[in-house]
Amino acid sequence: VENVRLLDRLSSRKATLGTLYLTATHVIFVENGSEARKETWVLHSQISSIEKQATTATGCPLLIRCKNFQVIQLVIPQERDCHDIYISLIRLARPVKYEELYCFSFNPKLDKEEREQGWKLVDLTEEYNRMGVPNNSWQISDVNRDYGVCDSYPTEVYVPRSATAHIIVGSSKFRSRRRFPALSYYCKDNNASICRSSQPLSGFSARCLEDEQMLQAIRKANPGSDFLYVVDTRPKLNAMANRAAGKGYENEDNYSNIKFQFIGIENIHVMRNSLQKMLEVCELKSPSMSDFLWGLENSGWLKHIKAIMDAGIFIAKAVAEEGVSVLVHCSDGWDRTAQVCSVASLLLDPYYRTMKGFMVLIEKDWVSFGHKFNHRYGNLDGDPKEISPVIDQFIECVWQLMEQFPCAFEFNERFLIHIQHHIYSCQFGNFLCNSQKERRELKIQERTYSLWAHLWKNRADYLNPLYRPDHSQTRGTLWPQMAPCNFLYKFWSGMYNRFEKGLHPRQSVTDYLMAVKEETQQLEEELEVLRERLANLQKSQLNDYKVKSKQQDRSKQLGLSTSDNSLANTPQEYSNDLKSFPSRSPSQGDEEDSALILTQDNLKSSDPDLSATSDQESGVEDLSCRSPSCLPSEDSGKDSDEAVFLAV
Amino acid sequence: MLRCSQPLTGPNRKRCREDEMLLGTVLDEGERGFVIDTRSAQVAKQARMTGGGTEPKSSYPQWKRLHRPLERGRLLQESFIKLVEACNDTSVNMDRWLSRLESSRWLSHVKAALSTACLAAQCMDREEASVLVHGAEGTDTTLLVTALAQVILDPSCRTLVGFQGLLEREWIQAGHPFHLRCSHSAYSHARLKQEAPLFLLFLDCVWQLSRQFPFSLEFGERLLLTLFDNAYASAYGTFLCNNEKERRVGESTHSLWAWLNEPGEKKKYLNPLYSPNPLVIWPSVEPQSIQLWQGLFLRWIRSSQHLDEAWAEIQCIVEGH
Repeated sequence: VENVRLLDRLSSRKATLGTLYLTATHVIFVENGSEARKETWVLHSQISSIEKQATTATGCPLLIRCKNFQVIQLVIPQERDCHDIYISLIRLARPVKYEELYCFSFNPKLDKEEREQGWKLVDLTEEYNRMGVPNNSWQISDVNRDYGVCDSYPTEVYVPRSATAHIIVGSSKFRSRRRFPALSYYCKDNNASICRSSQPLSGFSARCLEDEQMLQAIRKANPGSDFLYVVDTRPKLNAMANRAAGKGYENEDNYSNIKFQFIGIENIHVMRNSLQKMLEVCELKSPSMSDFLWGLENSGWLKHIKAIMDAGIFIAKAVAEEGVSVLVHCSDGWDRTAQVCSVASLLLDPYYRTMKGFMVLIEKDWVSFGHKFNHRYGNLDGDPKEISPVIDQFIECVWQLMEQFPCAFEFNERFLIHIQHHIYSCQFGNFLCNSQKERRELKIQERTYSLWAHLWKNRADYLNPLYRPDHSQTRGTLWPQMAPCNFLYKFWSGMYNRFEKGLHPRQSVTDYLMAVKEETQQLEEELEVLRERLANLQKSQLNDYKVKSKQQDRSKQLGLSTSDNSLANTPQEYSNDLKSFPSRSPSQGDEEDSALILTQDNLKSSDPDLSATSDQESGVEDLSCRSPSCLPSEDSGKDSDEAVFLAV
Repeated sequence: MLRCSQPLTGPNRKRCREDEMLLGTVLDEGERGFVIDTRSAQVAKQARMTGGGTEPKSSYPQWKRLHRPLERGRLLQESFIKLVEACNDTSVNMDRWLSRLESSRWLSHVKAALSTACLAAQCMDREEASVLVHGAEGTDTTLLVTALAQVILDPSCRTLVGFQGLLEREWIQAGHPFHLRCSHSAYSHARLKQEAPLFLLFLDCVWQLSRQFPFSLEFGERLLLTLFDNAYASAYGTFLCNNEKERRVGESTHSLWAWLNEPGEKKKYLNPLYSPNPLVIWPSVEPQSIQLWQGLFLRWIRSSQHLDEAWAEIQCIVEGH
């Protein structure tokens, strides 16, 4: 459809004219005329809702809201076209078969072996070995090898050695969805463990010998403690209400030596509503500080983030400080349980703060343990009541921790944002379906590609320049400040206002520091090479050879040319009073103020929203977009001189 | 950009030939200028009753008046106190923290100050028009606007030396009554007289700029904190008294600037990421872009260890290069 206008969210005066295309996998808006022909690509999988607004004199407005928080406002000239687009998008955004999803047609031009290698990058058996299991106390159980005991669990689960198959099966019958207690994290320093399950089907008075034996086995697997914490992450009222439905929580009287604790994180419906309210605040046009703060508080979002974090801290403390094992559950053990276990693991073990470790953590506590990705994130059209930003909240907890501990994580904010993006994008097969069983049935690994391999390949973009493995922040357990600490929770505008460039610092400190580090390293390497050559030359006694010494002004090479107009930013609308005066635009770049970075020649970010034809969203992965970290072009002259010098 | 105090129009709409001529010399034939009055239109009008007022259009035809009310005086001090109380209150749970923060209104004041300064900057840079700023006395919100606008517009004000010069000019020599404004802190239980944290508000706005433009200021947070400290209690005479006349004690005190600029001291205040930016820096004044200045308001409440370590790491990386 031609002559479509794309409105700018912050400044409604700025609209670009272009053509709208609908393909099998994307919505694409291509700007008219401009040399750059900027394109905006949106995957159908990302579309959360489409709103047709009242026709005005200028046309029919269409609002597309995405799961990655991009909001696109289009104005279609003809009502008829608008309606057609609307109907099409509704259908395209609600696929009924997995095969409709992008991951089945996405082709990064890798061969079969590379695809396979990509899937092998994260290996959970290796991970459990790293933790120190199996060992004297813990073993792998194959009781679920055909998913016969629990279809949402993986085929391989780790259980205490004293937990026989009989006990496991018996316990699984007493647990909601048959999700019996299994190992999530083992701390080899003190043998304490974090286990996870779903709620027991205890009702008001039911008991199950095998389930009680299971908990006892877990407790005994930790000789350093004579009791076990059982943490129910639900609010007490909800847990009690579940008893009326034949479920509930563990009675301390029935289970020997347990200490029971409610932590009170709200359910998926509350979280869904909370996010909704927060996004409404984000959509306010020119809100006052009051509107914003009230709206944010009213949504309760940060309160929920803190609740999850507090739960993780409690469990981490139990393990690291008290040396006590913890069994965590919620209702079904696949939402709050996953959040809380992974936060606790992150606090306890620095490995999970590395890039690889983080991928492993998600693979372990979310993917393998049957978090319902399809239902929660709407891969396929389904029950809207199942949709909830569960993993988004976990990812935000990680970001909040990164803000408090800037040196502790090997990866940066962009890494988190891209992971969130791809959980919804269905461009890769990692987060499809609701369980390992379903994914194997669909042969995901043979038909799609792994996100982890893709991120790993581009890991230079995701590094945190402040990370050092030997830094005090990176070793050992992370302890966020406890009360008072409310003020430590910030609104994550990098995520929820991700696409509003005007809101973010124009210059990325992360990218700059990475570029500096890389150049320092290159220079050091060069220096080393030169030293060696010099030594060799001196050895071969070429005394009469005139050594050319090139004085190079290294400080200028980083290309910190801030007089570059591309750095210029534009004022937002501070006032309406200036309307009567025609605004004269000086040469300070009133054009697109895209989030360019200082050393723009050095690093091309693989952020999907920055590049025009995003190499992550288009059907073909354009490897040429990934420019090597080369020095700016002013060096090329010097290079040839050096080549002459060194060749002798 | 010019600054002054309110014209003494009074209830009888007095005129002053000399004042009109003076402002007339600023603008060429046919040029327009802006008057930014930091009081609301209503307050400015009411000021006539007590002998003050605004520039009537008829007498100053080339000047368009814009009202941008900025909080000052007792209300601003109370806002400051409320914020400090909210930060120190350990009983506040997450349910109520943001509304406590909001009810102090401090961040709203930051937003308003930045917006007004940007407006002044926009008039000059985009409209290429001259700007006259005043409130009532010309010693508080006026200086906030003119000083902030210069940081936004002028790269030399963003250097360490340039910033000090800006402070000298726009705050100290311009006669901001530091002694009256900073005689008691927000923790004090003394009866409020003329305290008002305008200077702190200015420093907060500069901090917001440093966050949004991490490469564009030659100095870092530490300088801003030091200035805050010294405005209230100082071993130096720089922020003493209320104006230059009173400050003739100058001979018997030491200058803060002299100490700050000593090579050993100076490097503590530098921003390792600094790279001179010749352009105007236009901040975003959306609520998401304005944050609580934790380094100041939570200074004694939360540990800055991890952030300090991060800065040390940044320093390391830059120096290594």
